Amino acid sequence: MVEKNALFEIRNFSIHYGDFLAVKNVTVNIEAHKITAIIGPSGCGKSTLLRALNRMNDLIVTAWVEGEALFHEVNIYHKDADVIELRKRVGMVFQKPNPFPNSVYENVAYGPKIRGIKKKSRLDEIVENALVRADLWKEVKDKLNESGMSLSGGQMQRLCIARSLAQEPEVLLFDEPTSALDPISTANIENLLQELQKTVTIVIVTHNMQQAARISKYTAFMYLGELVEFGDTDTIFVNPRNKLTEEYITGRFG
Amino acid sequence: MTIFDDELIALKEKVLKLGLMVETAIRDSVNALVERDSELAREVIKRDHLVNALDVSIDEECVRLIALRQPMARDLRLITTAMKITTDLERMGDLAVNIAERALELNEEPQLKPFENIPKMAAITQSMVRDALDAFVAGCSRLPYEVIKKDDEVDNLNVRNFNELLSLMLQDPKIIPLAVKRTYIAKYLERIADHATNIAEMIIYMCKGKMIRHTEITDEP
Repeated sequence: MVEKNALFEIRNFSIHYGDFLAVKNVTVNIEAHKITAIIGPSGCGKSTLLRALNRMNDLIVTAWVEGEALFHEVNIYHKDADVIELRKRVGMVFQKPNPFPNSVYENVAYGPKIRGIKKKSRLDEIVENALVRADLWKEVKDKLNESGMSLSGGQMQRLCIARSLAQEPEVLLFDEPTSALDPISTANIENLLQELQKTVTIVIVTHNMQQAARISKYTAFMYLGELVEFGDTDTIFVNPRNKLTEEYITGRFG
Repeated sequence: MTIFDDELIALKEKVLKLGLMVETAIRDSVNALVERDSELAREVIKRDHLVNALDVSIDEECVRLIALRQPMARDLRLITTAMKITTDLERMGDLAVNIAERALELNEEPQLKPFENIPKMAAITQSMVRDALDAFVAGCSRLPYEVIKKDDEVDNLNVRNFNELLSLMLQDPKIIPLAVKRTYIAKYLERIADHATNIAEMIIYMCKGKMIRHTEITDEP
């Protein structure tokens, strides 16, 4: 289904936390320039799988993996893999907006500065471009020097997206990006993601099934660490193949 | 069992009730004709507003469930199927009224000849409606495919009825006004069977998630 334009190819991939097997032998492709949603009950391994895509799980000492996770056909878990470079190309936005306790401008300019860009005019350009892409520019262009923490929840989340975009990532991973936001801010983020998929590949973990249905092209349903069903979002929500998927999405689980 | 499950059961019961009303209307309208019972024909016509009211009420309930419960997968298919098949059932009710109206007219005239094809068509058509609704309630089986197959029998009886009446009309043009009304009634039954076929096709969609309308598929794959 997604063989042609697979950006990530996950092959027989398992993730352990010590003795606990959190993700079991998952095989799935992530298509470029599409939104792929991962759904499933709490503890099903969906966030673990998401974090594996830019090796965020490395930060957990007991975590170890088996199988392959190919990004552009290269195994990101190879011993010579450049994790810093990977995380630049594969960014992440979290559930709770977490801007740095710094100005709006500095939040967005932080990554490029670390990368060695010093020229003010170049940084200005990157900051504006990232804020425009995150659909925040109009709201903050007159308060670039105010604290990122002074923005509303929805604005803070878009600031975090702008901060990621300033790194020119190819992929953005979203872990429940709207669960702390009101419906209007949620709709703004959803519209933004649909716009962003033209330039960035998006993988989103969400508890909100309607959100997955609204914005994603593909949906993966996970349960107890296993990938139960993966397919076109249309199929998953109208006519799922697997009984367990149906039980979950119709709200008759357990 | 959730509240939503109870609501879906109540919805199914309403559709079933509508089906029963329509089935009764078809039976009574044909009996009114065959037994020359004009009182029964008037009753069918009088009862039609109940069919219309239940049709509207089911539609409203479906819209409410879509808005409030945001149904997915089989629930979504059940509710959309309920919406579509009630439209078919309501039309069948209207056609039963048309039969009753023709019965009232024909009952005022001497009988042309005993009815043969029309009661047969009515019996098959009623069983199609019943089986289609059983399939809607009982879940997925071969039943809707059987319903679709029976439509051919009704079509053939309609053609036979028409040809028989045509030759009678050619022999004796005086009977044309009566004979034409009989061809109408057979046509109404043929259309009722078509609506039953639509219902069966929607039930296959509800079960399998696959639309077989306007395709050549007539049997279980």
